[in-house]
Amino acid sequence: MYDFSYHKPSSVADAVKLLAADPDAKAISGGHTLLPALKHRLNKPTSLVDLSGIAEMKGIKREGNAIIIGALTRHVEVANSDVVKGAIPALAYLASHIGDNQVRNRGTIGGSVSNNDPAADYPSAVLGLGATIHTSKRKIAADDFFLGMFTTAMEADEILVAVEFPIPEKAGYAKMKNPASRYVMAGAFIAKTASGVRVAINGAGPCVFRQTAMEAALAGNWSAAAIAGIKQDADGLNSDIHGSAEYRAHLVGVMAKRALAAAG
Amino acid sequence: MNAVAPFEGIGVRMRRKEDLRFLSGKGSYTDDMSRPNQTHCVFLRSPHAHAAIRSVDTAAAAAMPGVVRIFTGADYAADKLGGVPCGWLIHNKDGSPMNEPPHPVLAHGKVRYVGDAVAMVIAETREAARDAAEKIVVDYDVLPAVAGINEALAAGAPQLHEAAPRNICYDWHIGEKGPVDVAFAAAHKIVTLDLTNNRLIPNAMEPRAAIGEYDAHSGEYTLHTTSQNPHVIRLLMGAFVLNIPEHKLRIVAPDVGGGFGSKIFHYIEEAAVTWAAPKVGRPIKWTADRTEAFMTDAHGRDHISTARLALDKDGKFLALHVQTKANLGAYLSTFATSVPTYLYATLLAGTYTTPAIYAEVTSVFTNTVPVDAYRGAGRPEATFLLERLVDVAARETGIDRVEIRRRNFIKPDQFPYQTPVALQYDSGNYFATLDAALASSDWAGFEARRAEAAKRGKLRGIGISTYLEACGIAPSAVAGALGARAGLYEVGAIRVHPTGSVTVLTGTHSHGQGHETTFAQLVADQLGVPFDKVDVVHGDTSKIPFGMGTYGSRSLPVGGTALVKAMDKIIAKAKRIAAHLLEADVADIEFDPRAGAFKVAGTDRSKAWGEIALTAYVPHNYPIEELEPGLDETAYYDPKNFTFPGGCHIAEVEIDPDTGHVAMINFTAVDDVGRVINPMIVEGQVQGGVAQGIGQALLEACVYDAQGQLLSGSMMDYTMPRADDLAPVSVATHTTLCTHNPLGVKGCGEVGAIGSPPAVINAVVDALRDHGVRHLDMPATPAKIWSIINTRMAAE
Ligand SMILES: Cc1cc2nc3c(=O)[nH]c(=O)nc-3n(C[C@H](O)[C@H](O)[C@H](O)COP(=O)(O)OP(=O)(O)OC[C@H]3O[C@@H](n4cnc5c(N)ncnc54)[C@H](O)[C@@H]3O)c2cc1C
Repeated sequence: MYDFSYHKPSSVADAVKLLAADPDAKAISGGHTLLPALKHRLNKPTSLVDLSGIAEMKGIKREGNAIIIGALTRHVEVANSDVVKGAIPALAYLASHIGDNQVRNRGTIGGSVSNNDPAADYPSAVLGLGATIHTSKRKIAADDFFLGMFTTAMEADEILVAVEFPIPEKAGYAKMKNPASRYVMAGAFIAKTASGVRVAINGAGPCVFRQTAMEAALAGNWSAAAIAGIKQDADGLNSDIHGSAEYRAHLVGVMAKRALAAAG
Repeated sequence: MNAVAPFEGIGVRMRRKEDLRFLSGKGSYTDDMSRPNQTHCVFLRSPHAHAAIRSVDTAAAAAMPGVVRIFTGADYAADKLGGVPCGWLIHNKDGSPMNEPPHPVLAHGKVRYVGDAVAMVIAETREAARDAAEKIVVDYDVLPAVAGINEALAAGAPQLHEAAPRNICYDWHIGEKGPVDVAFAAAHKIVTLDLTNNRLIPNAMEPRAAIGEYDAHSGEYTLHTTSQNPHVIRLLMGAFVLNIPEHKLRIVAPDVGGGFGSKIFHYIEEAAVTWAAPKVGRPIKWTADRTEAFMTDAHGRDHISTARLALDKDGKFLALHVQTKANLGAYLSTFATSVPTYLYATLLAGTYTTPAIYAEVTSVFTNTVPVDAYRGAGRPEATFLLERLVDVAARETGIDRVEIRRRNFIKPDQFPYQTPVALQYDSGNYFATLDAALASSDWAGFEARRAEAAKRGKLRGIGISTYLEACGIAPSAVAGALGARAGLYEVGAIRVHPTGSVTVLTGTHSHGQGHETTFAQLVADQLGVPFDKVDVVHGDTSKIPFGMGTYGSRSLPVGGTALVKAMDKIIAKAKRIAAHLLEADVADIEFDPRAGAFKVAGTDRSKAWGEIALTAYVPHNYPIEELEPGLDETAYYDPKNFTFPGGCHIAEVEIDPDTGHVAMINFTAVDDVGRVINPMIVEGQVQGGVAQGIGQALLEACVYDAQGQLLSGSMMDYTMPRADDLAPVSVATHTTLCTHNPLGVKGCGEVGAIGSPPAVINAVVDALRDHGVRHLDMPATPAKIWSIINTRMAAE
């Protein structure tokens, strides 16, 4: 780890100021992605802006037909939340299967969504449910948020404050874990929402994406049969020592089938 | 008088003495220690698999804050000391010695794998050393690299060492080719199998660490290190590398958090911190991080083989011919050369009566981490080859796979059994372990379980392995004749204190195996001293006599036997003291360890153990003319032979054809490890070994790319087994006693890792029997299984 200075602001405005003042500053939430990177000297921020003292970024609440989850909410809190379990059980299920206990006790939804790791779990729920990202500057629709591997629409001095999930009619999530890291090899989050059917695929490609052929098929016929014949194109999917792009493409179909079954 | 104490001797499930300390964070590991005024050291490691070093510029690094000294390969070379030696000389087929290129402590002139140490940076803190290491400028001339065995042997391959033309270390053989050729010519059926034994990364929980220090007053060096065999390190490093006389060199291996073989070897970091300590005038500490562990701990396995089995019309094995190529990595690690030869090819008879066996082994250098012994060391490779081959033979002859094994087993009345590949087995009963495992796994009921699984869309399979292995490598004279450069005896000392408690000194080393418990139980059993009054000391060359350490499941069969011999001496002397006190003839004195008393036979006159011990040290009433005071005896034991554990492992798996995931459903082990001292410890050893075996079979793959970069260099990419990857492991033992050691023990540390991989793969192949799979190499990852199923479906 390289040396850095440390700040712990208590408001979003102060945090933004600190980030804006120093282009090499970095926000830290649960630290479960950033700290390992720092320990490996892969990252050399001049200062860390610890968001954990910002009250306005905490908590889970229901507002009308949406669940709003503060960015600092830990995976374990989402997994155990009665509000989430009642309204979007698939989201609680997803959170309860991220990493292990230690990870779920530290990692936050804001950190995960900001980081946009292609193999992370949350981005599939954000995209699959058509969530809205609340930042320190604006509101961004999920469809405009995830731009590519580890890249989002947020700017360097922008902070993710909350995620607003519209409550779907039904939703389901399934993933195949990478045998070594236990991150996602291929996952599918499928939801029947007020604005239509959404199918988000994570793990398989360099960035979470929508499987539009499956969405169209399910819109007309919400059944396993509707997507049975749809083949995910392997082109552009990830390929590594754990599996080829073809394998991941195949898994997309399997996970979609399972997510659909889970949605009911 | 006290009530009779509960028996704490052989056969009792005593709780492990050491666990309270380990589980409550009170263990004392090398990295827990800080020496006064100590410095910290970091090694700058090569990012290239193969490169010439044009220059190393340390000027900017040396100017960094907190830097104490920086040494490069040139500095080490200037001292004209040794490189790290290899402990076993192998001879080629033509009788010439193997190629033995130097293994420098710090790379000089050339780097040969990613992780090769180029410089050592010594600083006030580890972070300061790291900061400085980043400022060292090494000008590399990158050379083409080679990571794979076949690639290294190919014409025109990049060459690693001048002293090893064509990258070959040796070209060795064992057995007689003539009879094998004759048998093949006359065979009813020949079965051939090509297979790979996957390369593994050990990953002991505790990373390696070393602290070197030098006492200018006494001229004595001390090295604290994560070692399985401190005396071996003292001998190798003192005599061959740094030229330090042994009475001036102390090696301490304190609590060590797992080794699995990877901490047997003398590593360059140990030599470097010891060498540099007097130059710096302060202790130097180095602790590997996990990344370094992946990059620099000796890896395991990595064989490519072709095996051919000749059978007669009844399915009897007539002859076996094996050709193996083994990857030794970039340099020769301490026992690297013995693993694919004497620890491997001598095991190729397995549990079978195959009358003619011939094996050829070519070992090669590649631009990868050195490869050496890893839990099982050679025997898992032999077992995987043989037990896969037997399954393929069963299928291709149409003989049931259990039946073909029974037909070829060595029968109980055939022991001692001389194999055609040098070993003579003393005892065993393979039918008994097989039958017990078949019953316990409900082998007969499997088809119903398969049908039930099929209803759920799952492919279920069952697999068997009836393995044999060899522990406690010995005797020294024979190993020496075969090229071993070390003795293979063990030493034990029993120090009875004046009030009757006992300190055991052993040359073996415990790094998780529970010796402190097992050896205390032995003492409780033989001397009748309460378990809690026995402590075991190991791991410090200034405290224990010269011993050989722990590897190859030798601690109990060899080290335990030395202790029994020392206790025999104690008892003999104690009887003479008792005879004096009781005014009886020595021949009439009987020792009853359960009562802890020496009795005059046929009378009720006796002396308690404590009184004898006290008399030995307070010899007021003592036969001082005939007997020395004291009750402290040492014994050395050089075994007549290996011991031969064996048994039967059965694995049951279920494959999800949609994802290719193989789930372990059940695992049954019935092992013959000889007499069992502590059943709980044996079960733990077998379960741990099976976990590693399942890891090798289903999960673990060390992968280098063509340029020699380690792709599986962290836990993100190297799949260590987790609890939910495993199955319930049912462990049972069936005992035949070893005939040549007094306890009848055989060793249990490696059986789990040796017997299990082929059982698992045989189960996977069985599950895929309708998919035309004849063989698949480890690990059976989901992607690999899916691609087999998918290719097959696409073809149909
Ligand atoms: C062993 C292990 C296993 C894991 N397994 C999984 C898994 O299976 N699935 C999975 O999805 N994840 C997994 N994770 C990742 C884990 O969920 C992380 O905690 C999470 O991705 C990041 O959240 P964090 O709060 O820890 O973020 P941090 O590490 O604190 O930050 C991550 C990044 O996001 C930025 N950031 C943090 N908060 C904000 C914010 N509010 N606004 C703007 N930027 C911000 C930081 O600057 C940094 O760049 C695993 C992690 C570990 C260590």
